[in-house]
Amino acid sequence: MPLRSLFNLSFRYKIPLWGSALIVTTAVITSTALFIHSYDDVKRDMLRNATSQGQILAKTLVPVLLQDHVWQAYEIINAPLHGASRENAIQADTLLVLDAQRQVYVSTRPRRLPMLADFARRSGEYALVAASIAKLGDETSVIAPAASDYLYVATPIMDEQTRLGTLIQIYAKKILWPRIIASAGQLSWVVLLVLAVLLPINWYWGQRTAMPLLRLTERMEQLGHGLPDELPAKIYDYEDELGRLFQAYNRTLQQLREKALIEGEIIHSERLVAIGRLAAGIAHEINNPLLGMLTSINTLRHHGAPDARTSKTLTLLERGLTQITETVAALLVEAKVNSRDFAPQDIDDVQTLIAPQANKRRVAVAWTAALSEPVPLPSTLVRQVMINLILNAVQASEEGGGVEAAVALSGSVLQFEVVNGGRSLSDSQTEHLFEPFTNAGENGRGLGLWVCYQIVKQLGGAIAVDSAMAAGAGRTRFEVTLPFAAR
Amino acid sequence: MTTRRLFLGACAGLALAPTLAALPRRPVRVGLTPIFLGNQHGLLADWRAYMEAKLQQPVVFVQRNSYRETMDLLRLEQIDFAWICDYPFVYLRKQVRLLAVPLFKGRPYYRAYFIVPAGRRDVTSLLDLRNEIFAYADPYSNTGYLTPRYQLRQLGEDPGKFFKRTFFTYSHLSLIEAVADGLADGGSVDSYVWDALSKIRGDITGRTRIVSQSPEYGFPPFVANHAVSAGSFQAMQKMLLTMADDGAGKVLLERLDFDGFVVGDARNYELVARMMREFGEE
Repeated sequence: MPLRSLFNLSFRYKIPLWGSALIVTTAVITSTALFIHSYDDVKRDMLRNATSQGQILAKTLVPVLLQDHVWQAYEIINAPLHGASRENAIQADTLLVLDAQRQVYVSTRPRRLPMLADFARRSGEYALVAASIAKLGDETSVIAPAASDYLYVATPIMDEQTRLGTLIQIYAKKILWPRIIASAGQLSWVVLLVLAVLLPINWYWGQRTAMPLLRLTERMEQLGHGLPDELPAKIYDYEDELGRLFQAYNRTLQQLREKALIEGEIIHSERLVAIGRLAAGIAHEINNPLLGMLTSINTLRHHGAPDARTSKTLTLLERGLTQITETVAALLVEAKVNSRDFAPQDIDDVQTLIAPQANKRRVAVAWTAALSEPVPLPSTLVRQVMINLILNAVQASEEGGGVEAAVALSGSVLQFEVVNGGRSLSDSQTEHLFEPFTNAGENGRGLGLWVCYQIVKQLGGAIAVDSAMAAGAGRTRFEVTLPFAAR
Repeated sequence: MTTRRLFLGACAGLALAPTLAALPRRPVRVGLTPIFLGNQHGLLADWRAYMEAKLQQPVVFVQRNSYRETMDLLRLEQIDFAWICDYPFVYLRKQVRLLAVPLFKGRPYYRAYFIVPAGRRDVTSLLDLRNEIFAYADPYSNTGYLTPRYQLRQLGEDPGKFFKRTFFTYSHLSLIEAVADGLADGGSVDSYVWDALSKIRGDITGRTRIVSQSPEYGFPPFVANHAVSAGSFQAMQKMLLTMADDGAGKVLLERLDFDGFVVGDARNYELVARMMREFGEE
């Protein structure tokens, strides 16, 4: 339906179009009213002139008719048609004098209305006019037959009380048009000027109103698929309803962002907790039979006097089972170990321990350690976290690259930070970074970060990573914060 | 309505007469019927100045709207000389003396043209205008009144009843316009006026058609009141007869479309007298 599609138009077009339609409609209605007014004016003007001209001519014609001077009468009625000021005056089409019997005494168009012709019989319209003239009093009257192109101004020619005849001035209605068009011409210039001013203003205002709505709509539509951008305040910086809608949108968007962030973190940490629980459960379940199997092998070896071949098999079994035990042990991070407090010399130890690996890859490890006394954190675990993270960083660095490691105290929190270059981490890598086996590579089973995460969590701390590309080089930064109870 | 600025020829500078103060006190009064001259004020003024210079006397032109009025002035001796139509001349023959006659196309004659609107191809004679509208010039005009009535009478018709309607225009120029505009279905006009008009306003005469021409009549003459002295008569006659002999006079004659003046012969007007007798008017 075309009308419906009109209503379906974007506000971007609808508002200016409606505005323009209203402006144009107003202009058309006003112009029409003024035009009609102008027509009436010109017509009244013409009839006023015709009446006064008619009365003057009628007076002049009295002696001429009395003396029956046809030629003089002809000259008199022709005078207005050839008079001066032809420019602006509205001239009659035809003038004629009817005698008392309503026969043509003389006319300015003798061929069409010859002398002595019966006026009423010349045409149906003239018959109507003649009938009106018969009823005419002493005054000039205007006869306007319906649907006629002409107006008839009839003036009786009176000598005292005797009616000698009638002067008829016939005006073509179309001669009014040049005058009307002239005055309407001025009018249309004014209207065009008004339109020329109003339409662009309307268009600008429509755009100004519609554009913010469009931006808002686009963003609202994106909401289903993700979080859209904020609306720049400069698009619509006012306090009206639209402005408030903008503010409300931006507020809601902010809240949604925060919520999404929190949800993401919760999901991530819940997943890790679940994995941890699963790993611990499996580890416990596996550990018992494993110990049983190892004990059985041991017993068989010592008391079963196995032959050489069996011994060899037993050794194989024992090695495999031991490997499972170690893996399970690695998976099952047990933080509740008795250990001495983490002390400054532990940092030296860590440096010493990682040095071979670092040297092997020719990676320089720059240390910033600001720890002067022990902190009440289990040294074994903290050392393990440090070693794991630094070794990871060394592995991730390019050969000849550099790693920064920093240890600091901030109140009752131990802060440890490792930064390395090389490639940055992808989003999916980051998301599953702390899960076991996900980063298994050439140099390990992918349990290093998992262990770090479990240790930090069990110690009540936090571990965070951010990785980004900057100036063509990746930069990955791990930060561990471990709170401790102050003594 | 057409303007009636006939005879607007090249206007030669006239040697203006001595001032009126030097002239005898009594002016010469010259009556003009509106036969030829409509509103020819420029031409009349120049001609008057010429006459004053030649006659050494003030000259006054007296114009009236109809022939009748000029004739009355002559009878009442209100004017000394007059230029009148041949019909009034015959009519007043006993009271006036023939002074001079203009030469038109080299001869002292003219005719009546029977004209109709150019579109009336059907008309070949006056008889074709039975019960139509006919324009007359003046009741005392030969070519514009007497001639067509006489012709109808000759054809056995009663000119008073033959036409549905007749009217007077009191001017041959107007008569031509009335026929050209179709106000009248026909008219009879002075050949001198029609020919002169055709030279300067062919657009008007072009809307008329000459159906027939009358026999020649003596050209409208200049006449003198019988009371005019012999000296005045001769001075005036000499002035007119010698106009063609001097430059200024020649230019005026050209503007009047005349070749000069001759003494004239009253016998040239016999035909008019006969026509008048037909109507019992002489």
